[in-house]
Amino acid sequence: MTQALLREIIDYANRANPYPLYEELRKTPVSHDGTGPYVVSTYYEIHSLLHDPRISSDSRNLKATGDDPLGESADDEGAALPPSFLKLDPPDHDRLRRMTNRPFGPPHTPHRVHDMRDELHGLVDGLIDGIATSGDLDRVDLVDQFAYPFPVTVICRLLGVPHEDEPRFHVWAETLAASLDPDPDADPAQRGKGTTDARMELGMYLAGLIEERRKNPGDDMLSQLATADGPDGAMTTMEALSTSALLLIAGHETTVNLITNGMLTLLRHPDVLQRLREEPGLSVPIVEELLRYEPPVQLLPQRTTLSDIEVAGVAIPKGASLWLVLASGNRDPKRFENPDRFDPDRKDIQHLGLGSGIHSCFGAPLARQEAQLALSELARRLVNPRLLEDPPPYRQNAVLRGPRHLPIACDGVLPKAA
Amino acid sequence: MTGERTRDGSLEQLKREGRIVVVGASLAGLRAAETMRDKGFTGSLTMIGDEPYEPYDRPPLSKQVLLGNAVADHTALPRRRAIDADWRLGVPATGLDMAARTVRLGNGDEVEYDRLLIATGVRARPWPNPEEAELEGVFVLRTRDDGEGLQRALAAGPRRVLVIGAGFTGSEIASACRERGLNVTVAERGEAPLVGALGAVIGRVAAEMHREHDVDLRTGVMVTALEGDPAGRVRAAHLSDGSSVEADVVVVSLGAQRNTEWLAGSGLGAGPRGIACDAGCRAFDVRGIVTDDIFVAGDVARSPHALFGYQFLSLEHWGNAVAQADTAAHNMLSESADRRPHLWVPAFWSSQFGVNIKSVGVPPMGTEIIVTQGSLSERRFAAVYGYQGRVIAAVTFDNCRWLPFYEHQIESTAPFPPPYSTVDRRPEGNKPVPADFPDPSVPTHGPTITLSGYSPADRKMTFTPGR
Repeated sequence: MTQALLREIIDYANRANPYPLYEELRKTPVSHDGTGPYVVSTYYEIHSLLHDPRISSDSRNLKATGDDPLGESADDEGAALPPSFLKLDPPDHDRLRRMTNRPFGPPHTPHRVHDMRDELHGLVDGLIDGIATSGDLDRVDLVDQFAYPFPVTVICRLLGVPHEDEPRFHVWAETLAASLDPDPDADPAQRGKGTTDARMELGMYLAGLIEERRKNPGDDMLSQLATADGPDGAMTTMEALSTSALLLIAGHETTVNLITNGMLTLLRHPDVLQRLREEPGLSVPIVEELLRYEPPVQLLPQRTTLSDIEVAGVAIPKGASLWLVLASGNRDPKRFENPDRFDPDRKDIQHLGLGSGIHSCFGAPLARQEAQLALSELARRLVNPRLLEDPPPYRQNAVLRGPRHLPIACDGVLPKAA
Repeated sequence: MTGERTRDGSLEQLKREGRIVVVGASLAGLRAAETMRDKGFTGSLTMIGDEPYEPYDRPPLSKQVLLGNAVADHTALPRRRAIDADWRLGVPATGLDMAARTVRLGNGDEVEYDRLLIATGVRARPWPNPEEAELEGVFVLRTRDDGEGLQRALAAGPRRVLVIGAGFTGSEIASACRERGLNVTVAERGEAPLVGALGAVIGRVAAEMHREHDVDLRTGVMVTALEGDPAGRVRAAHLSDGSSVEADVVVVSLGAQRNTEWLAGSGLGAGPRGIACDAGCRAFDVRGIVTDDIFVAGDVARSPHALFGYQFLSLEHWGNAVAQADTAAHNMLSESADRRPHLWVPAFWSSQFGVNIKSVGVPPMGTEIIVTQGSLSERRFAAVYGYQGRVIAAVTFDNCRWLPFYEHQIESTAPFPPPYSTVDRRPEGNKPVPADFPDPSVPTHGPTITLSGYSPADRKMTFTPGR
């Protein structure tokens, strides 16, 4: 029964609206069937497991892999690199994350994200100008023309990838993203090879760049990762490599989905879109509510128990695979009033959209800023935007869930702010 | 129609046109007032505070303010909503007439109430010798004015600062001094900093932090006298080991005293250890009978906690003030069946020497401690305190994201030592060791959490500076 429900959640046919399935899932807060994972779907249980030191993120603690409904597609980083801190436990996780945070956020670099604001604004302006000059306002794909290119460029700037190399980055990112999102009709062998090649090329490129920055450091993050001299010493080249690959991949797809889910939701709630147009500051609560209502990461499929534990009356043995269905916890009526209502005026909004605990989203401040800027500028400049397909076509991926295309039409594009 | 029989309309009348007086215009008082208005109280609300300022936040005073990163008068508490109150600031309450339901003020005024909330908090324990305490350069740290004065003294670049008492406030002050590059000596009567609050196992970690940051830490000693120069400025302190320390700024950080003197003779169950109240925040009178119109919240309250053997706990914690104020306000405007108990699990934080320290539960109840995650020597760890086979408290250094788990362990009286394995378990996490709290009969800087026994009439806590 559970397994059947899981298959339905994975089933592409239900991608556009998995929420009724989650509602069904929540009737059993911890569900398990045969050899599959233990699936946790209610808010308080997920929240407490995210802070539970008996839970590991390191797949080496997983006992014999049972029946994984996600199959191999869950492996998003590739075996060629050592695990990034996303897939490590303390103390290694803490050390690498601390070192990565040093050039990124407070207390050592409190201004990095804030200082990117003008640059982000410029990128948003440019992409919307591009929509205006594309000539065809009757069919605009907000994914390909906006939500996709924006975050890749931002990551390039953050890491310090030279501008002339950015186009190569876009190609690699697209190939790797496609590997996360297998097209069921494509030839798996072909696809596999393309992915491996892209990973290899990206790895080689980053390794070269890291070496170069060691010799001639700038004030970008890659330089600072490569030349770190804080209390934790320096990162090895492999560590710097897997960390920058993590920032690229984890920071990219999720932000694309946040922005796309955001525009989709706003177009379905024209009253909110109109309010945002008049009041750009509303983008802050809108993005928080989006992280609850349509989180870019629907579930965390990589946790493992280090001990026998009990959750909501269910005994989970050591070494079991856990799925934490964040998107379901976000719609738990025991936690949120009217959970299926999109309501940016919600006062009580401690969502699970960015996770919680030690693995909570590293790039959250940047992702929030990107999404807030993107949504408020799109709302302000697109004249009378409307959805051409509802629901739009979705990507395969059930974990990093979002539309593959978001076709809209609009009557015009207002000029960028002076 | 039981509803009509039990609800005689008096509560509705109270909510509509009652008179509520809040004595104590700080965190607890403000949050309670806001909750009352939220609950639809439209009667008159009087806020009485002895300080001339609107409610402000105290934690920054020993941190950002001392570093000069924040100005003391920019610490006003954010308001959750308008409370439309009659503010009587800069005037202390001096007496209570329970029969006439009036609060007497320092300026002779009397204020009548239908419901009274007492949130008068604590004040810094002064240096016991009044003449020495008057010397220029001798400070305590509790109020905005204290913070502003100490900040100015530190900014003037003293040759050496002496901090007396290495509790949380004393340690934070020492940390701020070092961050400003000032020489600082810390004199602590116990064997290590923070021993009263966290025990000596953790205290020894804190001592290493002090020494690594070049604090001149002297433990197991008391300051016996402060010496002034002819101009009345402090110049040195004499210690019980016969040594002396030359210092031009001395900060007395010996814990707090409860502001209950104004209730002497009123008939309320108030004394040096606070005001006893029930789990619903209703004050006891001296006969041990619970009052129905007087409520207590914040640092000045002592209330029984079901999780900790119904001991009366008095907690000087920011979070406790907020939670208890909310419960008190709710109960003040509720029928008895709708009242809620104050069941907040004690929690506090500190930041010193670049380390974030957080704790849940009641560490001083612990007899044993085990490091479940990380390592004491790396100063990144989570440790759990055990009492009679159960988890009673936890503390983290730079590891606070795991605390909700341990809080739940305490709430569910989980077994100790923990039978499970965790991420980042080290060899030192295999076996519990004695938590090593000092003998509670030895006066020290005063632990953050006071376990004050079952009876309001037992030991008093007075500081004796010794020989």
